[in-house]
Amino acid sequence: MRRLSLRFAAFGYLLVILLGPLAMLFWRIWAEGLGKAWSALIDADTVHAFKLTLEVASIAVPLNTIFGIVVGLAVVRRRFPGKGVVNAFVDLPLALSPVVVGLSLFLLFGRTGWFGPWFTAHGIQVLFALPAIVLVTVFVSVPYVAREVIPTLRELGEEQEQAAHTLGASGWQAFWRITLPSIRWAVIYGVVVTTARCLGEYGAVAVVSGSISGRTETATLRVQDYYENLDQAGAYGVALMLGLIAIVVLVLMTAFRPKDGAVR
Amino acid sequence: MEGRRLASASAIVALPRSERAGTALSLGFVTTYLSVIVALPIAALVWAARADGLSQFWFWVSQPEAVAALKLTLAVAALVALTNAVFGTLLAWVLVRDDFRGKPLVNAVIDLPFALPTIVAGLLVLALYGPDSPVHVHAAFTRTAIYLALLFVTLPFVVRTVQPVLYELDTDMEEAARSLGAREVVVFVRIVLPSILPGILSGVAMAFARAVGEIGAITLISGDRPFHTEVASVWILNASQSGNGTGAAAVAVLLLAIAFAVLLGVGGLRFFATRHERA
Amino acid sequence: MITATHVSKRFGDFVALDDVSIEVATGSLTALLGPSGSGKSTLLRIIAGLERPDAGEIVLAGEAATSVPPQERGVGFVFQHYAAFKHMTVRDNIGFALKIRKRPRAEIRARVDELIELVQLRGFGHRFPAQLSGGQRQRMALARALAAEPKVLLLDEPFGALDARVRTELRTWLRRLHEETHTTTVFVTHDQEEAMEVADNVVVMNRGRVEQAASPRVLYDTPANAFVMSFVGRANRFGESWVRPHDLEVTLEPNGSTREVQIDRLVHVGHEVRAELTRDDGEPVSLQLTRDEAERLELQPGQIVYVRPVRQTVF
Repeated sequence: MRRLSLRFAAFGYLLVILLGPLAMLFWRIWAEGLGKAWSALIDADTVHAFKLTLEVASIAVPLNTIFGIVVGLAVVRRRFPGKGVVNAFVDLPLALSPVVVGLSLFLLFGRTGWFGPWFTAHGIQVLFALPAIVLVTVFVSVPYVAREVIPTLRELGEEQEQAAHTLGASGWQAFWRITLPSIRWAVIYGVVVTTARCLGEYGAVAVVSGSISGRTETATLRVQDYYENLDQAGAYGVALMLGLIAIVVLVLMTAFRPKDGAVR
Repeated sequence: MEGRRLASASAIVALPRSERAGTALSLGFVTTYLSVIVALPIAALVWAARADGLSQFWFWVSQPEAVAALKLTLAVAALVALTNAVFGTLLAWVLVRDDFRGKPLVNAVIDLPFALPTIVAGLLVLALYGPDSPVHVHAAFTRTAIYLALLFVTLPFVVRTVQPVLYELDTDMEEAARSLGAREVVVFVRIVLPSILPGILSGVAMAFARAVGEIGAITLISGDRPFHTEVASVWILNASQSGNGTGAAAVAVLLLAIAFAVLLGVGGLRFFATRHERA
Repeated sequence: MITATHVSKRFGDFVALDDVSIEVATGSLTALLGPSGSGKSTLLRIIAGLERPDAGEIVLAGEAATSVPPQERGVGFVFQHYAAFKHMTVRDNIGFALKIRKRPRAEIRARVDELIELVQLRGFGHRFPAQLSGGQRQRMALARALAAEPKVLLLDEPFGALDARVRTELRTWLRRLHEETHTTTVFVTHDQEEAMEVADNVVVMNRGRVEQAASPRVLYDTPANAFVMSFVGRANRFGESWVRPHDLEVTLEPNGSTREVQIDRLVHVGHEVRAELTRDDGEPVSLQLTRDEAERLELQPGQIVYVRPVRQTVF
């Protein structure tokens, strides 16, 4: 009896908070009509927005994957002072508002910023252009691969690599043949989560990009653009696309979730 | 365990040159990367906040509109954190201890807020509680809507931090308590809760930080009516877009401080939680 | 005091208990003995109320207990891995049962002091379980179970997780404790030596069934079947018969019905000599004689001798 009531309380909460809004996605598309949503999706600016989002992700994800593996190895396997500081900075994007992230970058590269004048003088546009969008996206997605690699490496221990060394493997060989394969599922899961974060980033990009349609507008900004121009069908169309991508991400997350045992 | 620790200590002392070079190289990469991507922008922010002097900082931070935004942010975030503490634990409990058809599906769905862009989440909450709401609840552009949208985006936090702890928990202790006469509620409060409390608290802290900083899910809903539904992140966005760099930076530094405080708290929690093992 | 009638329990396809009935007399110290998978722990947990049987009844102190939750059965349970409340001190662990019954603080303090003396943990009251050795943790677990003065004390392989020396110490200690408190006690073990040494009565179980329930002496002298004979003490098979190691006569020359054996090892255990032999058909045989007998025969490893059963049992 108590078991059932706990279950229903939990499901009820999920329904109201999570599933209700999710259902609205399909409800609204149905209400607005697939036709209008589709035309929004094939609109040139929308296509550009998705292309831009993917372009940014294709730069940010590999960078943070490499970083995540390197920092994971450094923190778990090596001794150095200031590990706490490194950990804090790696975790910071998890706790920090994206708007603050965007603003920091804006101030760094703005007219009166430390780097602004230099870049302007050399004809490189950072703000309201691709570089700024990439930089903030990298910032906000820094933690995810690292946070999967670190506990996995800790659990693994060093014995396998040590065995490889006694058998004559060089540092690089041991890394490539032993370390990397043993963390690959953690890395893949981290990559999935990082990609999702990059695709979904809104606040930081909103600050630094200027949301110029067809130029610096990402997919998430496009949703806001349509909504503020009272084009509900357009907004839900793009939202549906993002939602479908999210479902794929969810499936991948479930498939690659590192720690097994029971339902994590 | 002891033997292992000793072995690695002596290994550090006698590090071969290649090892030290490797450490230097990876450390160099890490430091450069983190500095360029994270530390420098943050430094620029703090610098800009005090650029016009400390008095300007206090001026902007004590602006009535900013203060109202901060108050609202902290109040809603606290409520969100509390709600998650209760329902997140409940969800984790049901997912770990109960069994029912479709459990893997329910477990997967919990991660939806991590997978879905926040702007979409905001749009959907608006649809559900807005003017054309199918359930005839009209709470859009209110503080309630902000609360509900934040519950959406913070849903996974407590659930995911409590699940592994609950899963590892040896049910022996609960059985022992029962055999000693403890009712189910007592078993939960005195035996289970102390063991999972660190998990709950770290999840709550992260949910709080997330709620404080959230922008995407709020931006469409809040309709940003100053003094009523404007949260701190929206205030900063507006300030920066209207050219008030100093003001925006000032309030942003406050949010930065909160973020660091939360991280410190979570780190401290981890230390505190494992004190029994270090005894 | 404790009666289990026709108790059955399965976990999925695995039959843990198959129509088991036992009776435990008030104030006795009983062992549930058997190999792993025999169902002994399951039976104990059903008596405690930590599992519910698929069929059968449990009666505790004259009252039907089958559907009574563990909280209300008045049993004390000691787990193999102690189940210590890690976040509470030793004193808080021991006093837990009284604390949740809302006894006055002075009463709890007095009782905890008393129990700490009883289990010889004086000075450890304010430590945490992580700071105690295995043996100390188990003594704490026992004190905790005794705090609420249970009608019945149940122990599930209580010494299984401890090393040999501590195990023997605690065995003797448990026996003495029982003689002091006279609480009806049931403990589960797979160690037949432990059961024989400590218990008044032993219930031998195998694959979910009770093979025999009797005093250690009766089990050894008159086992009900081949399983009990070979599980409790050592036994050799000679054709259809079973022979105890000390019921073999040894001669240096063949003599009619003797069998040829070769000595592999001689083990001198105190006043006795145990010999591991290999018989002419390749089967191992266990022999036991006094030191004097062994010296008289001048037994050596590798030697060929001849044995013949003096007493044997057929089932």
